[in-house]
Amino acid sequence: MSEQDVARTGKKRRQSPLGAGTPMCAGCGGLQALHQIYDLVGDKTVFVNAAGCMTLLSIYPFTPFPGSWLYTAMACAPAGAQGVRDALDVLLSKGRIRPEQDQLPVVLTGDGSAYGMGLSATSAAIDRGLDFLYICYDNEGYGNTGHQYSAATPTGARTATSRVDGYSGVKKDLFTIWSAHRPAYVATAIGTEPADLARKVKKALSLRGPRLLLVLAPCPTGWGFEPARMVEIGKLAVRTGIWPLKEYSDGAVQHTMVPSKRVAVEDYLHLQGRFRHLFVPVRNDDKLAALQLQVDDYWSHID
Amino acid sequence: MRKLLTGNSAAAWGARLAEVDYLPVFPITPQTEIIETLAEWVDRSELDARLTTLESEHSMVTAAGAAAATGVRVFTATSSQGLLYAMEMLYNLAGWRTPLVLVNVSRGLSAPITLEPDHNDVLAARDSGFLQLHCATCQEVLDGVLLGYRLAEDMRVRLPVLVNLDGFYLSFTREPVIIPTQDQVRAFLPPFDPGRNRFRGGEPVSQAVAVLGGGTYSYFRYQAHLAALEAKKVFQEISADFKTHFGRAFDAIETYRCEDADILFVMMGSFATKAREAVDRLRDDGRKVGLLRPRLLRPFPSQAFVRLLSGRAGVAVIDQNLSTGLGGVLYTELAAALYPLQRRPVLVSYVGGLGGRDITAGEFYAMVEEVRQAVTTGRVPPPRLLFTESEMQSVRGLQRIAGGKGRDA
Ligand SMILES: Cc1ncc(C[n+]2csc(CCOP(=O)(O)OP(=O)(O)O)c2C)c(N)n1
Ligand code: SF4
Repeated sequence: MSEQDVARTGKKRRQSPLGAGTPMCAGCGGLQALHQIYDLVGDKTVFVNAAGCMTLLSIYPFTPFPGSWLYTAMACAPAGAQGVRDALDVLLSKGRIRPEQDQLPVVLTGDGSAYGMGLSATSAAIDRGLDFLYICYDNEGYGNTGHQYSAATPTGARTATSRVDGYSGVKKDLFTIWSAHRPAYVATAIGTEPADLARKVKKALSLRGPRLLLVLAPCPTGWGFEPARMVEIGKLAVRTGIWPLKEYSDGAVQHTMVPSKRVAVEDYLHLQGRFRHLFVPVRNDDKLAALQLQVDDYWSHID
Repeated sequence: MRKLLTGNSAAAWGARLAEVDYLPVFPITPQTEIIETLAEWVDRSELDARLTTLESEHSMVTAAGAAAATGVRVFTATSSQGLLYAMEMLYNLAGWRTPLVLVNVSRGLSAPITLEPDHNDVLAARDSGFLQLHCATCQEVLDGVLLGYRLAEDMRVRLPVLVNLDGFYLSFTREPVIIPTQDQVRAFLPPFDPGRNRFRGGEPVSQAVAVLGGGTYSYFRYQAHLAALEAKKVFQEISADFKTHFGRAFDAIETYRCEDADILFVMMGSFATKAREAVDRLRDDGRKVGLLRPRLLRPFPSQAFVRLLSGRAGVAVIDQNLSTGLGGVLYTELAAALYPLQRRPVLVSYVGGLGGRDITAGEFYAMVEEVRQAVTTGRVPPPRLLFTESEMQSVRGLQRIAGGKGRDA
């Protein structure tokens, strides 16, 4: 990604195709990423949405999307994309629409759908080689229902259903689950690294078949931080190595931004209310060390 | 062309003649033969449609609705557990106002799990916004699918239609079926008009968006309801047109030997042919009995029932379903429809045929006798659950095997 590309993205964003004035929270990292992605995927798309925060983007009679939209339900957005794709293919092959009227089905869901309720529908869509783009904004919990833990919640994070000691499970590795299906493309990304994100969106758009953009979405409301700190927290997620930026294509995984010197994990954790119990009233050295170890262990396998 | 067809192949023929574009499918007994038949036709290029096997009925119905929302003619089929698995999306499709036809092959619901038919599956969908047509013969299955598309796609309706047939009794029974020609069908069913259900590059639309507030929500829910009510009138027009084109009637309610009948059976589906047989025997005996069989269940043909039942002495409503803690669903709905009548008949409620349990000729005769007594004495018996002493004995036998020894009731 060149500086010029970034500049172009930035310029486009000033007359952002995706409209403003949505009911999303201030400082929503998911919405930040969506703006950048939408700049590139454009309006010849049908966004197929599952229940979650972003469902409220389109509330009758308003929508920020200059392209099309179909809300489905929590479990089945990929199946909705299948129906749209199949129908468009039928219309094209029977000459009932012109090729320039074709569109890309784009699934837009949170982690609750992507890692959990919708995983079976997703896996099957990949099996079928569905030509679609999946955008998961991963806010690491069931955001729309008040941020209960999901399969994407990191160890130790307090959520509405892990209020005392934090989440006892381990964040599910959706990137690897997707990659194991050998789809066209899988990438992790984050809105606070716009150059990396833009390059991945373009790469995804250049391919056909099942494609995932798994975007970490710093969530002021669910994670407990001031909206103004969203960019800082997003950057730290990458610099601490907690959120590795990588991509899968042609059977190989590549890291796209390897932090040269990783910042200590606790620098990321202590900014967020969901991890405050690890620092006050007394510092929990054991748990902090364990969290650091998880990250170190991950990177020790990456050259 | 006249051919021996199972109910399942009649359903497949209906879809084929409707020249459907898209077939999202998933297997389940006793429906599977429908999708196997269609898959073979697609593979042999006898049907120019795309068939996609989804990984569940929830996804299948989602894909069906999404494709209809994109602007193609869609057919899908399921049964029992599959229909319930898709339930969330049935409501959605009706709310999206996507016209398509879903065939349900009725089968009793788990638990306990069984393969044989009753109507609890299809009645679980009665409030979903899908219009419902219920068939009793293989011919009706084919006809119902064609009629279903006309009804669903009518611009005054725009709601999905469910066509129901009973598992085993109809799905696997071969009957002679008249298969109309493609030209005949084209004259009756025009090409698919997507109306406002369309996704096209350059013409952005948002479908199925959220609403805020009960007022807006109510508005859209009422719209669907009013469209369903309007569908009664539209159905009458279409069924008259159907008769003109094909020479066969498909009225909202089938009447059998009703003209002078003072006692009537009311029941749905293929088991009604058993009632028909009983009516003939009772007529041979000089009893004035008849049968009403609703084909149209949603919208509920209340006025037609009122017209057909006002002034009659008594009715035996036979429900092949059980609303636990209430009783028969059709009985409840019929009672509500008839309540405003000055001279309403005595209604006696029977639940039978659950999980494919037979309803015997003797039971039909006994029902008529019981209704007649209720009419004479004015004392209406409580709802009856059909079950015989010998069935009880055989269950006791099974319980003895299961538990070492049978427990007393
Ligand atoms: C079948 C079903 N179960 C539960 C819900 C309630 N619900 C709505 S949104 C949501 C959370 C979704 O979480 P996620 O996918 O992470 O998206 P987010 O809310 O974080 O944007 C839940 C549980 C629902 N809409 N449908
Ligand atoms: S809860 Fe989090 S993910 Fe949802 S809109 Fe608010 S900031 Fe964004």
